[in-house]
Amino acid sequence: MTVGIDWNAFTPWSALAGGVLIGTAAGMLVLLNGRIAGISGVVGGLLRPAHGDIAWRAAFVIGLLAAPIVYALFAAGPALQIDASYAMLVIAGLLVGIGTRYGAGCTSGHGVCGISRLSPRSLVATAVFMAAGFATVLVLRHLLAA
Amino acid sequence: MRLTLTSLLAGLVFGLGLIVSGMANPAKVLGFLDLAGAWDPSLALVMAGAIAVGSIAFAAAGRRTHSLIGAEMKLPSARHIDRRLVLGSTLFGIGWGLAGFCPGPALVALGLGEIKALVFVAAMLMGMGAFEWLEHRKRAAASLSA
Repeated sequence: MTVGIDWNAFTPWSALAGGVLIGTAAGMLVLLNGRIAGISGVVGGLLRPAHGDIAWRAAFVIGLLAAPIVYALFAAGPALQIDASYAMLVIAGLLVGIGTRYGAGCTSGHGVCGISRLSPRSLVATAVFMAAGFATVLVLRHLLAA
Repeated sequence: MRLTLTSLLAGLVFGLGLIVSGMANPAKVLGFLDLAGAWDPSLALVMAGAIAVGSIAFAAAGRRTHSLIGAEMKLPSARHIDRRLVLGSTLFGIGWGLAGFCPGPALVALGLGEIKALVFVAAMLMGMGAFEWLEHRKRAAASLSA
């Protein structure tokens, strides 16, 4: 197996710029609210409502949902390509929902915030979900399709 | 009120980062996870940009007992690497590889009005709800036997 980079798809500058925005947002939430910008944790906490702990979570989610509307004020909206079937989306959603809660984090909480804090737990979690993601795509696109 | 506004702003900047970086698009995420295909390394640069900024913010946050606007700092204190962390992250990674959605991008795609994102988010919330239900049952059983 050789890794060949798709130079046409690779968008280094927008990827870095978007990453800086994501890091800035995580920095804002920790320095202003004292909280971790982990999306699965923020959303999951809404399902276990505690007094005084709902507003900031709901506001963060509203910010995420509103981002495309604000983006559209400055540029043409991004075109998304979602190839997964509805059945696949349901299975994927269930796995992501239960997995991120058991694993206490996702790409943002472990991958961005946790690694920024040099948390050994987050380094392990990120390595594990990345490996599982690579393996899943390998099976779906190459082993089953072959 | 102030904490709700700062959280809303952080969520918005986070969402804009996901759009600018291209990570709101599942096809682009799957391009990263497809090591054996035409590989798109963009996601690695998103992480690098986010962690570069995040590291500075978390280094500053780690020394504080209260946030810049007086909120209590609530950073994770767990340090153990256990089966829950590894199994949960494995399930998450599989779900991520099946559809190319993790929680943040799915919410941004929902904000774009994508019906497929709605299906994914609904299933994800059900998965998170299942986790809460199982945890609640476990706590109830533990308190009965105590």
